[in-house]
Amino acid sequence: MSNLLLFPIIIPLFFAAILMMFPKNVKLQRVLAVVGAGAALLSALVLLAKVNTDGVQAVTLGSWPAPFGISMVSDPLSALLVVTASILVLLVIFYSIPTIGLRREQSYYYPAVLFLMVGVNGAFTTGDIFNLFVFVEVLLMASYTLIVHGGEKPQLRESIKYLLVNIISSALFVAAVAFLYSVTGTLNMADLAVKIPQIEETGILTVIAVMFLVVFGFKAAIFPLYFWLPGSYYAPPIPILALFGALLTKVGVYAIMRTYTLFFTMNVGFTHELLGIIAILTIFAGCVGALAYFDVKKIIIYNIIIAVGVILFGVAQLNQPGIDGSIMYLIHDMMIKAALFFLVGIIAVLFGTTDLRKMGGLIKTYPVLGWVYLLTAFGLAGIPPLSGFPGKLLIIQGGFEGPQFWGSIVVLATSLIVLLSSVRIFVYAFWGQPVETVPLKKSTFNQMFIPTVILVAMTVVFGVGAELFMPLISGAGEVLLNPSIYIDAVLKE
Amino acid sequence: MRTNDVMLQTATKVVTFIILMFAVHIFFAGHYTPGGGFVGGLLTTSAIVLLMLSFDISTVKKILPINYVTMTAIGLLIALATASGAIIFDVPFFTHAFGYFDLPLFGKTSLHSAMLFDAGVYLVVVGVTMTIIQTIGEDE
Repeated sequence: MSNLLLFPIIIPLFFAAILMMFPKNVKLQRVLAVVGAGAALLSALVLLAKVNTDGVQAVTLGSWPAPFGISMVSDPLSALLVVTASILVLLVIFYSIPTIGLRREQSYYYPAVLFLMVGVNGAFTTGDIFNLFVFVEVLLMASYTLIVHGGEKPQLRESIKYLLVNIISSALFVAAVAFLYSVTGTLNMADLAVKIPQIEETGILTVIAVMFLVVFGFKAAIFPLYFWLPGSYYAPPIPILALFGALLTKVGVYAIMRTYTLFFTMNVGFTHELLGIIAILTIFAGCVGALAYFDVKKIIIYNIIIAVGVILFGVAQLNQPGIDGSIMYLIHDMMIKAALFFLVGIIAVLFGTTDLRKMGGLIKTYPVLGWVYLLTAFGLAGIPPLSGFPGKLLIIQGGFEGPQFWGSIVVLATSLIVLLSSVRIFVYAFWGQPVETVPLKKSTFNQMFIPTVILVAMTVVFGVGAELFMPLISGAGEVLLNPSIYIDAVLKE
Repeated sequence: MRTNDVMLQTATKVVTFIILMFAVHIFFAGHYTPGGGFVGGLLTTSAIVLLMLSFDISTVKKILPINYVTMTAIGLLIALATASGAIIFDVPFFTHAFGYFDLPLFGKTSLHSAMLFDAGVYLVVVGVTMTIIQTIGEDE
């Protein structure tokens, strides 16, 4: 079945199109959205098993020969990310049902989520750099809908900023793709990996590589291009925020990972050192924000930026522990960020505010919620044996083996700040004088809490059982470090 | 003040059909020559917009009682189903089938499965652009 790798993209698209026909029937919307995301997850799992046993899967659309048609490639990294993204979308849909509100559900909320899933899974799977642009546009269109969905005043204000930033970065993206095409004559990623080493003038290619770093940096929110993120992500309601925080920036991170390991390796001394320095600056910028605010949403949002820096620092090392670590940390971060937003969402609903200073004493009324939050916060900071630990350990090891050992020290030191920022929420919201909470129906609380617990349990399994997942992760790292595996899979036919 | 738009309305009644016929022509020309579902869809939209300009939105809604969002969804499904046909035959996604057939009246005609995909694109383009224009043009 050569088309298997397209199923995680086609299935949500199909369900999204069907859901567009009857926006007012909320019950059917919910059921079909869950069925669609569930079916996509199932196909993603089958795909991962297939990639794991048979190696990299590739199909070139329309039966055209490989460098000319659009290739879709599923290597272990992209299959892993597609599975993670599908799990998160399914859980976000479950979490949305009690929280997003009837009015939003009736105005195409679920189709927009599924279209976002199409874009994200497509961006993870494509093997063609222009097609990557197309899928990024698909997910951006869906995210424009979601960020303005409901039309509250801050949403409208922030969506203008979000639109402007993304239109500018998309325009730059097309320009960068055009430059790349004019120099190499191809846009197929595998073919690029063959052609780029043959070009002797590395100067122009380095410029193009940095342009792509800027383009993907806008999406991934690296220093200094992250300025739009804290405001824009703050505006939409929690389920949408969880979806954005867990998936959107990660597409940018994935794109940097893919391009900077597969073909932009002609001038590692410049491009990867630059990436490493920017990654460290990103961590610093995120830390400042994470400590500066008393708003629970803002604190977690700035933690997204810190994680992006940590992952990219691992990528910049371009050695085996660094790459393995960044893959592991990327998957960990997608799950833990969604879990944190879910938890913070529950806390915010209970207090009726997101301001930490107006919270307190929740441990007496909701003890389980408190301990689950503490567990997640420890996981975020990377306390062994939770899921943040193995990834960060490998990234730090990669840094010490590479030229940027000072970066590893920064990553280590900032882990404490991450811990401080997330435990601060625990201290303020759960300890201290009990503050009156908004009454919440037991069933609604459970509907919000169960997907959260499932997600937290998965991060714990991912951390404690890291040894189980390690063959998959290092398999993904191997393909990144040896582009020839990827090239052979696409071009051999 | 009532504006006198008899000229515009009379001309529109004729011109709309010319544009629609041209849209069909462009749509079918699309395989070997410039054209296709996208341009055809835009032309169709321009015809409907012309109607809206010379009459008004509610009149046009009476003539064409179409839910454009549903139209977009149907278009997406047609396009997706055509491309997915390849899955049943286990060839790469989007692979198209074509052949020459002797049809009554038309004689020897080349038929393509890509045309069905283009029909989906046509519906999506008309649906999306009309949704946008109606949303902007209507006041509450």
